[in-house]
Parts: sequence; structure tokens; C-alpha cells
Amino acid sequence: MPSLGADMEAGTLVEWSVKPGDTVKRGDIVAVVETQKGAIEIETFEEGIVAELKAELGRELPVGAPLAVILKQGEEAILEAGSEKPHVEPPAPPQAEKPTHTAAPAPALASAPLASPAARVRAHELGIDLATLAGSGPGGVIVLGDVEGTVAPREPKTKKQKSSGSPFEEMRKAIAAAMTRSKQTIPHFYLSETIDVEAAIRFLEARNATLSPDRRMLLGALFVRATALAAAKVPVMNGHYTDEEGFKPSKIVNPGIAVALRGGGLVAPALMDVATMTLEDTMSGMRDLVARARAGRLRSSEMTMGTITISSLGETGAEEMTGVIFPPQVALVGLGAPHLRPWVVDGEVVPRHVVTLTVSADHRVSDGRQVARFIAAFEDAVQSPEGL
Amino acid sequence: MTEKDYGAIFLEELIRVAPDIEAADVSPEDHIQDDLELDSMDVLNLVTALHERLGIDIPEKDYPEISTPARAAAYLERAV
Repeated sequence: MPSLGADMEAGTLVEWSVKPGDTVKRGDIVAVVETQKGAIEIETFEEGIVAELKAELGRELPVGAPLAVILKQGEEAILEAGSEKPHVEPPAPPQAEKPTHTAAPAPALASAPLASPAARVRAHELGIDLATLAGSGPGGVIVLGDVEGTVAPREPKTKKQKSSGSPFEEMRKAIAAAMTRSKQTIPHFYLSETIDVEAAIRFLEARNATLSPDRRMLLGALFVRATALAAAKVPVMNGHYTDEEGFKPSKIVNPGIAVALRGGGLVAPALMDVATMTLEDTMSGMRDLVARARAGRLRSSEMTMGTITISSLGETGAEEMTGVIFPPQVALVGLGAPHLRPWVVDGEVVPRHVVTLTVSADHRVSDGRQVARFIAAFEDAVQSPEGL
Repeated sequence: MTEKDYGAIFLEELIRVAPDIEAADVSPEDHIQDDLELDSMDVLNLVTALHERLGIDIPEKDYPEISTPARAAAYLERAV
């Protein structure tokens, strides 16, 4: 069971997309898991042959629990030879020496006790030393339940554990956990700039007037492209920060696009490698992502591989937004709705559509000067839309 | 087709674009953005769906004409 977000403790397996004997490659969808943020399609990062489906449909499983065994070429022999069982894992049959799980790799930690992020936060809140706790998760990982003392170790989970709230309540909880963790651990700072977007709006109006609806472009696509180009120029805005490894910049820019869901809640699935895309591809990628976010069919990579988030208030609404960084990312680009304002251009006051951009950044990783460079690059890109 | 038929088609496509809205909860005077919370991407998807289904290409400057189901029904009937 991969972690599909900093706040995820467990997920329920609802569908297998593969069966034993199937050949899979990196990026193939192998299963569907129901999480607090809706149903997510799980992709594998491995290549090989599905040897065994270990997890039962309908079971809620903690993050890290094995879902299936995928054997790489040449590993069959090891399985047949029946090598030693690595460690006690009650319901599991004897395993090959190096089975490749679809689950995320275990965190590389030497001294600190293994614990889920939510468990760490809760332990910190309660003033409990993690080293004094016994973990009931896979491999002895301390999970939230251990900290709160509500879960009997190794007992099958009951309905009570997975609270019976509505999907919206569940999503609210997931957002609460991620945002609380963000504000408690990330020293945010903010830089703002109001940008003249008249050229971008005129560019889109002229372009869209000649095109059928399926090829029309939204201002949001320009903002996503501008963010990707700016992030590529200022690498300290683009990547992940973890306690174990510190900041790791990402070579590619995968902007997470915040999509507000009706009735409350939001998700921020990532669009991969936007810096190398055309503006048209960026727009169609966003259309697809928003449609699947609404239908509840996002993919695991989209939930975890975002490197910077864009949150836009759309084309009508409030003028400015100061956002909360989505961990483990280190920056969030907040964009207000365009407003018509008196603006000075070449010494004259003229009416212009302007957008206020506010960048929230992680002070462990960047400083004001770098964020200012990011904003300048973003502004340059938006003001020359034909170059996007 | 009558204005009423266009109203029904508009509502059908609206629900397809925003599956989390209940058709029964939509009143003819609801504003699709202010009341039904469609964002600009949803509106574009709705306009695209109407184009595909009815062959009516609604230009951006006419988007205010489809801001409520009632206005949209009248607009689509006129536009045929």
C-alpha cells in the first residue's frame, strides 16, 4: 500500500487491474485503492511478472503493507528454490528473498524510530517520545493508532477505526492533517506581486475567437506554463523536503493543480513535466486532470509526484490568496482572480486587468531573493504569452 | 425542438460535466458559476459538450447568455 500523501495512514483495496502471470511495466495501473481523497489508481514502479496478489479486496490496509509480489526477470528461480523467510509477517506465506513490492520503498532511517508522518505529528502534539512506543504497522512502523493508543496491535481493523464519516468529512480530515502538518513544520514566508495580464487576456481572446470550444485555452493554462518555466529557472522552489534527506530539488517540474470540489474539499493532482510541454498540451493535460479529479479517478503518481502547487481562484472571485504549502513540497503559487484596475503604463493611467500572485515558500530551503527571481520569471512569461 | 427541449439538453450536459450536482436541485434561475460552483474549466467543458451535441458553437463573448439554465435554453433555441 503506497503512501498517496503525507497524511495517508491506510487505504482500502477495491479493485485489481492485474492477475498473477500478467507482465507489468513501470507506470502500469495495477489496482484501485479507496482513500480519504477518493479512489486512486495505483501504478507500479517495477517491471516484471505478477507472481502473487497478497492483499484481499475490501480490506483496509496500512501504508507499507504488501499488495502484490512482482518478480523481475531472473527472480523466478529464487522463488522456486524457496529461500528463507525474511521475518515474521503473520498471514504471509514464505517469500522469495527479494520480492519486489508495489509499495513505496521503506524510509532509510538509522536511529529514529520508524513512524508514519501523521503519527509523528500527533506524538509531537501529545509530547510523546516515539522511542517509547511499540509500532503495530508493517515492520514495526509506529502508526497514528499507536500514538493515540486506540488500536490493538495486529488486530484486524474495525469499522470504528475507519470513522464512518461521509466522503466529505473524510476529505476534510485528510486536508486538516496535511495543512496542520504544513503549518507546524514548514516555516512559511510570502512574496507578492500584482501583474498586468492584459496582454495574456487579449492573446487568449484573439486565439479562442477562431477556435472551436474543444481547442480553446484558459488563462489558468498560461499560469501553469509560466509556473513551470519559472520553477525550472529557480530550482529551490521545485522539489521535496523531508526531515531525513533535507531538500531534494526535482529535475522536472510537475505542477500540482489545486481543484476545488463542490461541497467542499480539494485535491491537487500533478501534471508531469510541464516545462517540456507546449501550451496546448498543458491545456489538454489540465482538462483531463480536472475531469478525472471530478470523477474520482486520479493516479497514484499524480497524488505524490507534484513538485510545486498552483492554486488559482479562477476567473471570478477574490483578488488575492496566501496559500499553505502542500508537504513535502516547498512552494505554492497563489493566484487571485483578474480584476480591472487603474494602472500606470508609460506614464499614463489606463484600465488594465491585473492578477495578484502570492508565492508561499519554505524558509528552510529558499530566501526572499530567490522567490523574487521566481516571480520575475513568472511575470516575464505571462507578459509574453505568444512565447509560452 | 422547443426551448424546453434545449433546457433539458443543457441540464443533461451540465450534470455530465459536474456529476456531483443533482438535477433535481437545479433551478432554472441558478447561476452556473455563482450558485452551482462551476469553474472556468467546467464552463468550457459544458460549452464543448453543447457544441458536440447540438453543433452550436458558443463564442466566449456569449458565455453570459448561458449563465443560467433558463437563459441558456432561450439562447440555444435562438442560436439554431
